[in-house]
Amino acid sequence: MPTIVVDVMPKAELLDPQGKAVTGALNRLSSSRESGSGISEVRIGKRFELTVEGPVTEELRERVREIAADILSNSVIEDVVNIDFGDDAS
Amino acid sequence: MTFRIGVVTFPGSLDERDAQRAIRLAGAEAVELWHGEHDLKGVDAIVLPGGFSYGDYLRAGAIAAVSPIMSEVIDAAGTGMPVLGICNGFQMLVEAHLLPGGLIRNAHQQFIRRDQGLRVENADTAWTNEFATGDEIIIPLKNGDGGYIADAETLKRVEGEGRVAFRYTGLNPNGSLNDIAGLTNERGNVVGLMPHPEHAVEAGFGPDTEVAMRSGVDGLRFFTSALRALAAV
Repeated sequence: MPTIVVDVMPKAELLDPQGKAVTGALNRLSSSRESGSGISEVRIGKRFELTVEGPVTEELRERVREIAADILSNSVIEDVVNIDFGDDAS
Repeated sequence: MTFRIGVVTFPGSLDERDAQRAIRLAGAEAVELWHGEHDLKGVDAIVLPGGFSYGDYLRAGAIAAVSPIMSEVIDAAGTGMPVLGICNGFQMLVEAHLLPGGLIRNAHQQFIRRDQGLRVENADTAWTNEFATGDEIIIPLKNGDGGYIADAETLKRVEGEGRVAFRYTGLNPNGSLNDIAGLTNERGNVVGLMPHPEHAVEAGFGPDTEVAMRSGVDGLRFFTSALRALAAV
């Protein structure tokens, strides 16, 4: 059965408190190393895997785009950065 | 007549009984409503209570915002019915696009619980008309995802249209932009805020004040405001 993958990220210009906390932890872990962690920022997003029963039709693609925009993400705080329909036409 | 105010229970709601108690103490009848039904039971106003509906999965309030009863809540809000969203209820209102902006994890990542000072910025709504603009009140705050954000354009519009209902006083508890604690819609019938007025309605069970421990009852006026708004219709 085909799987469609939707990636959602917090908007670049907005604070990502989770990513900030992980960045801090990475820097703490590598503070003994001279070069530091070498990582200046971490941002945390979400990956949704949607398993579908039938073929990935144009109608289904459109529905998934709507679901991604309306339910899986909140356009005020997040962006849908990618939808992978499992083929080259994504 | 006795007005009837409905409180919607969602899976994971926590404060629906406190909200019902606040409604009774204000002098109205509290009516239990259920998220899975399309039935407002003829109520005059609606409270979306606090809690962690659906475990805050997806985004806080996001799944509750598309539950069956929300289509009726959105329609009722459109006709001018007073709707109050408290904490998780506020998150539902922004997810349902009844209020602008969004709420994200507190900037410091910690859950916070404290007696919070607020300034009333708009005393012309269905839930604030018993206050005066500029009044300073104390209401308990308790949440993990209380950081209010909006893009620059939305923020400018919200400020310009006087839609900020409450602002935090003192130290900003969660990184909310412009210290925003609560908002109203254009018509003033929908109000959402992160702090919990239903926990400040009875002396002995409320927040600490300068007068005495647990004596704060500033929250009661949210509910008596709604009754006044309903009586004025």
